[in-house]
Amino acid sequence: MLAIFFYIFATISVLSALSVVLFRNPVYSALGLVTTFFAIAAQYILLNAQFVAAVQVMVYAGAIMVLFLFVIMLLNLNVNNEPSRPALLQGISVATSGGMLFLVLLAAARSAGSLSPARAADNSIGLIQTLGQTLFNQYLMPFEVSSLLFLSAMVGAVMLGKKEYK
Amino acid sequence: MLLLQTVQALPSPLHNGELSIDAYIYLSAILFCIGLLGVLLRRNVIVLFMCIELMLNAVNLLLVALSNYHSDPAGQVFVFFVMLVAAAEATIGLSIVVMLYRNIPNTDVDIWNRLRN
Repeated sequence: MLAIFFYIFATISVLSALSVVLFRNPVYSALGLVTTFFAIAAQYILLNAQFVAAVQVMVYAGAIMVLFLFVIMLLNLNVNNEPSRPALLQGISVATSGGMLFLVLLAAARSAGSLSPARAADNSIGLIQTLGQTLFNQYLMPFEVSSLLFLSAMVGAVMLGKKEYK
Repeated sequence: MLLLQTVQALPSPLHNGELSIDAYIYLSAILFCIGLLGVLLRRNVIVLFMCIELMLNAVNLLLVALSNYHSDPAGQVFVFFVMLVAAAEATIGLSIVVMLYRNIPNTDVDIWNRLRN
């Protein structure tokens, strides 16, 4: 039952990821990326990672994609005037990514089934309560440092966005 | 709240034996390589950023799957930090794109080679 949902959402995510790469209009690419994010959020729900799923929808599908679409509209890129790369470079890039996919799949298939769970199955680890306790006890310091990262990102974005900055 | 409790009661497909962890490894490898293909193939710098987000998402999916498989919450905390860094990266990257677009009104990455000199 759950495996059927996994295959449905996996198909949706792979197809929409391909649409991100293959559409020439950046707005269509952005919409394909939103679909991918929602499909991945559904995978998180299947994996009982409810907090990560909620953050995925809010941060990725909400904030980051709005930022991307805002910049696309601001720069008026809603046209497909993107030149393609030369055929040789296209072939090299397809061969590189396809070869890397082949290598990774081969390595994964060779070691398939050799992994075993480190702990007993516990389906409550993705709950906000468990994650909050881990985050604010064990990972409190990285959490505080990430707030500094956000402050510097905000200052940097404001500095870069100023009109007179050259 | 009711929905969350219902979902919580279900064991994940990794724990009730419907799927092995290999299915998630294959899926995230495929998604990562699609993102890599986009970074190599496309020339629009904003689509390049989107493909980087796609690769980050593939890695996040594998982290969450392994975290659920090993029943270790640290993997999901790490995914949270990856999302924080991705948000900061998208903000700074896009504001750099907007700043460069004011000087050269083009989003082709190859044109920005001239930044080298």
